[in-house]
Amino acid sequence: MSDTSTETTMEVNAEARRILAVSISKLYASRSQRGGLRLHRSLLLSLVMRSARDIYHSSAPPAEPMDTSPEEPVELDLESGPQSDETPAELSSTAGGGAHQEAEEEEGEPAEDKENQSPTRRSRKRRGRMSVAPHFLPSKRARLEPGEERHASPLLPPPPPASCRMGPPETLTTLSMNWVIPAC
Amino acid sequence: MAEVGDDSDEVQWCFSQVKGAIDEDVAEGFGPICKGVCLQRDADVISTVEFNHCGELLATGDKGGRVVIFQQEPESKNRPQCRGEYNVYSTFQSHEPEFDYLKSLEIEEKINKIRWLPQKNAAHFLLSTNDKTIKLWKISERDKRPEGYNLKEDDGQYRDPNTVTALRVPIFRPMDLMVEASPRRVFANAHTYHVNSISVNSDCETYLSSDDLRINLWHLEITDRSFNIVDIKPANMEDLSEIITASEFHPNQCNTFVYSSSKGAIRLCDMRASALCDNHAKLFEESEDPNNRSFFSDIISSISDIKFSHSGRYMMTRDYLSIKIWDLNMETRPIETYQVHEYLRSKLCSLYENDCIFDKFECCWNGNDSVVMTGSYNNFFRMFERGYRQDVTLEASRENSMPQSVLRPRKVSSGGKRKKDEISVDSLDFNKKILHTAWHPLDNVIAVATTNNLYIFQDKIN
Repeated sequence: MSDTSTETTMEVNAEARRILAVSISKLYASRSQRGGLRLHRSLLLSLVMRSARDIYHSSAPPAEPMDTSPEEPVELDLESGPQSDETPAELSSTAGGGAHQEAEEEEGEPAEDKENQSPTRRSRKRRGRMSVAPHFLPSKRARLEPGEERHASPLLPPPPPASCRMGPPETLTTLSMNWVIPAC
Repeated sequence: MAEVGDDSDEVQWCFSQVKGAIDEDVAEGFGPICKGVCLQRDADVISTVEFNHCGELLATGDKGGRVVIFQQEPESKNRPQCRGEYNVYSTFQSHEPEFDYLKSLEIEEKINKIRWLPQKNAAHFLLSTNDKTIKLWKISERDKRPEGYNLKEDDGQYRDPNTVTALRVPIFRPMDLMVEASPRRVFANAHTYHVNSISVNSDCETYLSSDDLRINLWHLEITDRSFNIVDIKPANMEDLSEIITASEFHPNQCNTFVYSSSKGAIRLCDMRASALCDNHAKLFEESEDPNNRSFFSDIISSISDIKFSHSGRYMMTRDYLSIKIWDLNMETRPIETYQVHEYLRSKLCSLYENDCIFDKFECCWNGNDSVVMTGSYNNFFRMFERGYRQDVTLEASRENSMPQSVLRPRKVSSGGKRKKDEISVDSLDFNKKILHTAWHPLDNVIAVATTNNLYIFQDKIN
């Protein structure tokens, strides 16, 4: 019984992480879109990211070692990016604000040796199109938020196999989302 | 709901015309032998479709900033029952790509919306907008030209003044019809965010334009200033939770307009109440069904289009999965809800990954407000007949493009047994989407835009 619920929780957790990764890559890709960042789309992406983050926290297995959020360098780079438009800066700070909070609370990958590896050894294998931290981004961080510690470099887990295309029962789309905090 | 076709009095839709390049996949079947086949160009993607007030003219805008206007031919005396075809009347480049040097941003030339002005004289006027700039275009015909100038020849060459021995009065002579489009007004620099809607007031003097956070009121004659009437930008952008997705003036009441939001709410505002309409007069919002709450609820509840009925009594909103009809007198919930493609509810995760969940579908009323129409995927479009609670799914494709061929209803099977002639959800082509449709204001003629083709259908005339 508890195994099943643990499994479900882990699936939900993995799904939330996957959605987060997809969302961030979309947010990043929209920077290079013609016409600039679309406020509507960016807002919707940030809402999804916020929900995914909340689900990830609420369903994350307990007692995991702390690790840096994989999204962090992306968010900070968004803020320090060259664009002077208020829209991306403000939006990235919205998403970045969430990511900053997440960095403090983020719990790392479950039971992987990778957390003990050297930070420079990133897994080069990427399955699918999802790439949380584009490798071509400069690795330097813009700044540290007050109260934030510098953690180990982000190491990406291999993305779980896509599970939602045929609509199996335990996906985020069909689970009752009572605990999703509405974005308001 | 009963399917259309059960009742023999039901409208049967027939193919009439298709405009635009042949799709690439059709071309492949012909190989290199087929001449004049264009591959799909991004610039040719149709981005808006609009009939004028009498239905004689049909305007389309595309991603390349062009406007193409089709005109319906007068009914032929030989075939009095047959409606005239729509042929190209005028083509012009409305918007060009621009660059905002201050923000280092490119401004797309894509035409987001076209709205016709009611006709007052022989010329036709329309408003077209891209993300930042609205333009008023005058489309006029010229079928005469002056001839017999004294100082220049008819071809424009100047005459040697020494050869002029007598004076004559130039006279107008007939010429081949020429349709000219000229920009009469340019309304620029009023929107920080991307313009999503324009709407002409019933007073025919003013119009509104809305972007993600603000709505401006313009006078058609004045381009150097506009009034801001709605501003929902928060003091701190980190608090941003809702944006404006569409807006429209009431068809009869010149003081009333509505705007829809990304949260699925509609606000009706009365400009008589105050200059700034941040406080709504009415708020239309339906409480969410907790059973349907999902990870992507916020996205699918965002309203992509809002349209008043011609009567002005109702309004229709389109969100990702449904159409809702609202009575202006009841704010608590819509009076009718139609599911456009409910079978997609379990696929939202995939649709999020392939970006389809962000598609903005439009919707439209027929002339007497009895039927509403909207697009879907796989080049399907849906019609909902309100009174009889019937709906039909039709397809816009070149395979059904024999003249006057009747469109047969399509059906999507959402799982389990798939009947013959049904198409399964997983076979749907999500790249073939119908976002823009328009209904002739007075007749059963519809214009349906696939990616870069425009289909015209009409009801079968017996």
